[in-house]
Amino acid sequence: MSRAEQVSAFLETLPFAATLGMRCEIFGDEMTAVLPFQEKLIGNAAIRALHGGAIGAFLELTAMAQLYLVGDLATPPKPIDLTVDYLRSGRAETLYARASVRKLGSRMSSVHAEAWQTDRDKPVAALRAQFLVEVRTEED
Amino acid sequence: MSETPDEIPLETIQKYAPLMMQGVPWANFLGFEVTGVERGRAFARVPWREDLVGDPSTGVIHGGVITSLLDNLAGVAIATRLRKLRAMATLDLRIDYMRPAEKGREILAEAECYHITRSVAFVHAWAYHGSREERIVASASGAFALNDPKRWTPASGGLSAIQNAVESGK
Repeated sequence: MSRAEQVSAFLETLPFAATLGMRCEIFGDEMTAVLPFQEKLIGNAAIRALHGGAIGAFLELTAMAQLYLVGDLATPPKPIDLTVDYLRSGRAETLYARASVRKLGSRMSSVHAEAWQTDRDKPVAALRAQFLVEVRTEED
Repeated sequence: MSETPDEIPLETIQKYAPLMMQGVPWANFLGFEVTGVERGRAFARVPWREDLVGDPSTGVIHGGVITSLLDNLAGVAIATRLRKLRAMATLDLRIDYMRPAEKGREILAEAECYHITRSVAFVHAWAYHGSREERIVASASGAFALNDPKRWTPASGGLSAIQNAVESGK
């Protein structure tokens, strides 16, 4: 199974990823996560803005998927802590995200992720997270 | 916390606080429920649900559900300390995942708005089973921007109900 297939398989096993309604598009080692707009994602009906929690959840899942893409993980990464900076309100449109693994150790990893809508230079939110990982060893 | 006369009456917030979750599509979809409101504090719960699971091998609820719950509950806690109606926007939120939530068990949450200025509110929040002392699952802290609600017309869900109640003097 290719890494891309592993990522898709990983997301398919997560009920919450399906609940959120996200998918990942992978080209080689590059992945863009896509969250199509759905009414249920609204957090502020007056200005039709996405819920901060939905954006945070999307970024966290994007970071986890990126870890699967770059690392040979035996188990799903476990979040230790994360910080989300909310930079602009998310409009009622598709949200995209990309993540980069800043460090992948044998147990700890640090990941950054950013979400945007029409303009990648105008990010909606940015995430920084630490995950506990279990990298597959030769015995596995 | 002492109630200063120019804060929005607590009864008004208590009456409309449930709307600040059920009236929010994402919070309503995830099954969030406000269970109590005090001056400076708000409490909520979310029942365990199969479709919220983040790790099917353990049945643990995904962290994103907890992020959403604490973010939304922070807004309710802030409302209890407003002197006049303000539109709120999360600036940042930091979550520590202290232990996984248990399969099949509801998650309770508490948020405390521990400082508020004219433009920013600071919040601590916790997710736990039973009580904060018994089994804490996550803790969070965040800063929220407070804006003039005239920028958002009309104000949304629970906030607009509170605004109407305040304006009509009820």
